[in-house]
Amino acid sequence: MSTIPLDYQTLRILWWALLGILLIGFAVMGGRDLGVGTLLPFVAKTDEERRVLINLVGPTWEGNQVWLILGGGAIFAAWPQLYAVSFSGFYIAMIAILLALIIRPVGFKFRGKVSDPRWRATWDTALFIGGFLPALIFGVAVGNVFLGAPFQLDVTQRITYSGNFFGLLTPFALLCGLVSLSMIVTQGAAVIAGRTDGEIAERARKYGRWSALATIVLFVIGGLLVLYVLEGYRLIGPPRTIAPSNPLGKEVVREVGAWGGNYGAMPWTMALPILALFGSIVAWWALGARARLVALLGSSLAIFGIIATAGLSLFPFLLPSSIDPQSSLTVWDASSSQLTLFVMLCAAIVFLPIIILYTSWVFRVMRGPVTTASLNKNPNAY
Amino acid sequence: MVDPIVVDLSRIQFAATAMYHFLFVPLTLGLSFVMAIMESVYVMTGRVVWRKATLFWGVLFGINFAMGVATGVVMEFQFGMNWSYYSHYVGDVFGAPLAMEGLMAFFLEATLVGLFFFGWDRLKPVAHLAVTWLVALGANFSALWILIANGWMQNPVGAAFNPDTMRMEVTDFMAVLFNPVAQAKFVHTVSAGYVCGAVFVLAVSAMFLLSGKHLELAKRSIVVAASFGLASALSVVVLGDESGYVATEHQKMKIAAMEAMYHTEPAPAALTLFAIPGSDGRPAFEVQFPWVLGLITTRSLDRDLPGITELTEHAALRIANGVEAYKALNALQANRNDATARAGFDAAKADLGYALLLKKYRPDVENATGEEIAKAALDTVPDVWPLFWSFRIMVGAGFFFIAFFALWFWKASTHRIEKPRWLLWVAVAVLPLPWIAIEAGWFIAEYGRQPWVVEGVLPTFYAASGLNFWDLVISLSFFMLLYTALLIVMVWLMVRTIKHGPSDKLNFDQSIEPVETATIAPAK
Repeated sequence: MSTIPLDYQTLRILWWALLGILLIGFAVMGGRDLGVGTLLPFVAKTDEERRVLINLVGPTWEGNQVWLILGGGAIFAAWPQLYAVSFSGFYIAMIAILLALIIRPVGFKFRGKVSDPRWRATWDTALFIGGFLPALIFGVAVGNVFLGAPFQLDVTQRITYSGNFFGLLTPFALLCGLVSLSMIVTQGAAVIAGRTDGEIAERARKYGRWSALATIVLFVIGGLLVLYVLEGYRLIGPPRTIAPSNPLGKEVVREVGAWGGNYGAMPWTMALPILALFGSIVAWWALGARARLVALLGSSLAIFGIIATAGLSLFPFLLPSSIDPQSSLTVWDASSSQLTLFVMLCAAIVFLPIIILYTSWVFRVMRGPVTTASLNKNPNAY
Repeated sequence: MVDPIVVDLSRIQFAATAMYHFLFVPLTLGLSFVMAIMESVYVMTGRVVWRKATLFWGVLFGINFAMGVATGVVMEFQFGMNWSYYSHYVGDVFGAPLAMEGLMAFFLEATLVGLFFFGWDRLKPVAHLAVTWLVALGANFSALWILIANGWMQNPVGAAFNPDTMRMEVTDFMAVLFNPVAQAKFVHTVSAGYVCGAVFVLAVSAMFLLSGKHLELAKRSIVVAASFGLASALSVVVLGDESGYVATEHQKMKIAAMEAMYHTEPAPAALTLFAIPGSDGRPAFEVQFPWVLGLITTRSLDRDLPGITELTEHAALRIANGVEAYKALNALQANRNDATARAGFDAAKADLGYALLLKKYRPDVENATGEEIAKAALDTVPDVWPLFWSFRIMVGAGFFFIAFFALWFWKASTHRIEKPRWLLWVAVAVLPLPWIAIEAGWFIAEYGRQPWVVEGVLPTFYAASGLNFWDLVISLSFFMLLYTALLIVMVWLMVRTIKHGPSDKLNFDQSIEPVETATIAPAK
């Protein structure tokens, strides 16, 4: 298509960046709600405290979750084979995520409608699982991307996947799951500490400081493993950056430390892991110093740094194959057509700023305190 | 090839989760507009009963919306999970409207729905009204993009197979967007949702009148429901999606199956009102209206509607041509620069999907026998009788709703809402009917499309993920147990909310209370 004003290589890189933005958007925004859900049983002891936490995120969680829905849609539209391999390959893990995503909306909506303690305890559990489980599993999934997934493509591009759910639970993947969990717990703690006071804020600060420390330690361990122990993947020969999307026919090698290659080639990219550590340290400090806004900013920065680090380490790989490296999906050979990438890029450029605009407006309208009185007045309060 | 049991279980799972999801979607579409209309009246007249009504229907909307969100995310994920070859094969085309739905519609709806519930005392009435309308618009835009995606599965325009990537790719986005099948489906589907919302409001209000409670709110709600319902019921039938059916061949097959029309009838074809199948599965006895079917489907008196037998014969020709495309594709894979093969492929590629039907009988479809081609051609005929009866249920309900709402519109206009009481009972009894009609409609649309997942492009059995039997057993039982449990809880909560009636604790007129406890205070 000569009429498309952007070349295929640029479009592929832009969509890789856009995918990163959507995933970071979900981790920062949806992470607020997942984090608060995970902390719910620990930070809030009484029903009143729990209602305060739930209503803290209640008016905005639904919009935040759309970052994930949109992320899924964007993978489908821009990286169809990545969507196909990861969603079908990680089948049981996806079911577990769906369990969380199904019980969360109803948990928020149904909990406050009946005052029976057992009823409320049930939905509290649902909200906890709905926060904890995705926060953990998304990290485990990223860990498995580093390790490579056991899939193979044939000439018709049909997938044969030869792993199972328990195969996903390797020590390194679980470590990544814990990084993800702790960064999201920190985010949730920063949100709670930012808008409440007294007991619950104190507890949130305590948990948040521990999780910020855990994020730092686990992230560093993970980084060392990736650089010095783990086998990474590397493309051989010049990448075919403008060829039609077909993963077959390239050459890929596995070697220890390959995931560190991009940092060697472009030393400025070291800024990303440094940002991840810096953000976590800021969050740890600010939670202690009661600098509310700074804590949230630090935690968000850490999330940005961690996800960007993971993405850049893998580049240009999207999902390597551990049993047939040449089937690996990369930015250059697993994308949609040039026309689809271009049209969807235009749509994203128009709509993402509008989304950010009205989301900011909603957050501004809903800012300020959540009081028991305002909860009791509104039949829709959770 | 994927194990046929896995294919069947995947189909059952997708059908079941889709049908569950569509229990909630129509009510979301309908109630959101009912709320927006009521709140508009409140803002214009300043009469508090209208706000009370908006809030009451809003609480029910919220319970239903939560279920819609919970079951909706499953739909998006399942394409990749259970239909990975589909996702690869058509993701370039089909993924785009799904992503657009997130970007343009669902983001708006989900972000603002929180303000609808929590913003009453934080926004000026006009600003809150704007939020309510935007939620309703977001829900409808959502439906638009989903139906553009679904419309493409029924009538795959604006795309072509690319032998280098082994998948369908977009050639013309405008054609995908303005697909006539998608447009017709959109109007038909959202109108059906409005009817569902109107029936719900009317039935619940009738219950209030029968028990002598909340009379003010109930009567006003009936006025809104009756007028909104009448307009919507007319729209469902008049702008029904049959007009789009003539667009493609397989939709003709769908019509022929819905009508149990085994042979081409001279134009204009008669509409079969009722039929009894004979021992060979074909109609043994029929009651027909002359001309009607030909008129509504072709909008003409002289165009033929082909019958099942003729369409099957035509499918056999396309399969044979598809085999030529398949052979050329094989040659291209051996040598990408084979110009003869590429020309041969381009000439026959429109029928490549038909060749894939043969994969059920042999992996090397280039060697298919005439007998296998005949069998594959027969596979293009969907099951006639389930479609025949579902169609009659749906259409019968559609015409019933026009009469029903016309009657209620007349009653509302002449202030005869409360009498006679038996009509109120009828309104209550009608409550399940829109759901029955809507589920029947989706059944016709999707089951009538079989054996194709994308008509003429990709057979359903060829599109499934290569999962194992136990994966499906786990996921299918998981979904069914969880959904059923949640559905029971939701209905129970709805009944409870309706019994409790509109809340009296609402009083937003006083100014917002000052922050009163030390436990909870603002940041920043």
